[in-house]
Amino acid sequence: MTTVLTAGLSLKPQHYDAALACPAEGLWFEVHPENYMVAGGPRLTWLEAIRARHPISLHGVALSLAADAESDPAHLARLALLARRIEPVLVSEHLAWSTWRGAYHPDLLPFPRTSEALARIADNVSRAQDALQRRIAIENPSHYLRIDGHAWDEIDFLTELARRTGCGLLLDLNNVYVSASNLGYSAEAYLDAFPGERVMEIHLAGHTPDPNLGEALLVDSHDAPIAPEVWALYERLIARTGAHPTLIERDDKLPDFATLLSERERAESLLRAPFAMAA
Amino acid sequence: MNTPLPGALAHFQDAFALALLTPEPAAAIPSEVAALTAQPAFAVYRNTVMKGCVDALQANYPAVARLVGEEWFRAAAAVHVREMLPADPTLLHYGSAFADFLARFQPAAELPYLPGVARLDRFWTEVHAAPSLSALDPAAVANLTSEALAEVVLHPHPAARWAWFGEGPIYTIWSRNRVDEPFNAELDWRPEGALLVRPRDAVEWIALDAAGCAFLDACAAGGTLGEAAQAALQAQGDADLALLLATLLKAGAFRENAIQ
Repeated sequence: MTTVLTAGLSLKPQHYDAALACPAEGLWFEVHPENYMVAGGPRLTWLEAIRARHPISLHGVALSLAADAESDPAHLARLALLARRIEPVLVSEHLAWSTWRGAYHPDLLPFPRTSEALARIADNVSRAQDALQRRIAIENPSHYLRIDGHAWDEIDFLTELARRTGCGLLLDLNNVYVSASNLGYSAEAYLDAFPGERVMEIHLAGHTPDPNLGEALLVDSHDAPIAPEVWALYERLIARTGAHPTLIERDDKLPDFATLLSERERAESLLRAPFAMAA
Repeated sequence: MNTPLPGALAHFQDAFALALLTPEPAAAIPSEVAALTAQPAFAVYRNTVMKGCVDALQANYPAVARLVGEEWFRAAAAVHVREMLPADPTLLHYGSAFADFLARFQPAAELPYLPGVARLDRFWTEVHAAPSLSALDPAAVANLTSEALAEVVLHPHPAARWAWFGEGPIYTIWSRNRVDEPFNAELDWRPEGALLVRPRDAVEWIALDAAGCAFLDACAAGGTLGEAAQAALQAQGDADLALLLATLLKAGAFRENAIQ
């Protein structure tokens, strides 16, 4: 419990060997637990080998917390089993839905932020925390659509969710940037209003303009280097709230491991800067 | 705004989920989400869901994809996705019905070997993710008399999969396309069987004759080795039973168990 996390990296199978051999001090890795929900075999062997040398964070994509249904107890049980095996340093999930009436939609889908949705999500977050016997962090989503029917502001919604369940928050700065750009609000104002004391983890990632709509629609694609504007948001946040564990998220068009390590070094040096330590 | 009705979230999700898989333009778009699907950005969700499912099928069925080419594969996979979304968010498990789908998919009618190849791709995935258990040490049965051996029950390893394909050289077609290597060898059109195992962390495979498949079927049904031997001889009168058992033991086809 005394581990102080600084900057970490998403871990993909292409980089297992490099990750295992990497001596970088304080390096931690994040994986999607769904990719390791298997009875046995090489996937678990790899993950346990990495775990023996580096802390692991489990970043779930499929609890479907915002679906108007109890999270699947079998899925939650598998997650708890994996968590007992890996002893992750962090566990996180999304403010979104994906599984609905037994069908899994591999995406993080939006919903109107109503009091009904808040009650359902709070119930699902509490179930997950009970099953895992730990506090989890909930991530702010990327937005593409204008949805009528939001009764709650997103930050108020997340703050109230955290108050009701005791959960922490995962602040994804690329999601903040992409959403603010797509829906036309100030990313800086969003960031300045975000409850820093609830933040358990920060995500940094790359985005790309939509192939048809260009800059009018930014897609949270995780397939590019982190944009300068997102780095600027990061500096702004840690100057205000201090250092938080920070993950460089990369899921597609993977560069070599050294390139990812250099992005991680940049985050690491910002986290260790005097203004981050003093905040 | 108006206070939403109880159940509004469920109605929203029903409509949104339906719209995700309904190609535009369509009259079938539910009115609850018409204001969302009218926005160009709705395509981001449609594309992400479809791409996630098709990518998973392509990853899980690489020999099928190599045989038919990426473009044909992704078009066929998209038809399957619209019929059946994943039930399990562990996408490694997605596609259990894909071989059956290919068997009734009209554009694949001229490729009768495709469902069999898909079954072997599926076997690979199941073997890859199966429980890690020790295989039976061949020495455990080495010193038994033939009478004692006939009474022994051996259990196939949970990471062993096998099948006999009467329709053609499915194993050869699959194994040539499972690895990313060019091949020019002639294909001998005759029935074949296959055995996939995972003795350590990597999936391995060997050809298995009709006798071997019948032998393992009998073991899986709980039969003694004597009964399995009979089944093997019934499938193939000239089967070499000693060689067959040695081959299966060496491959790690049985799990460790106490031999009485």
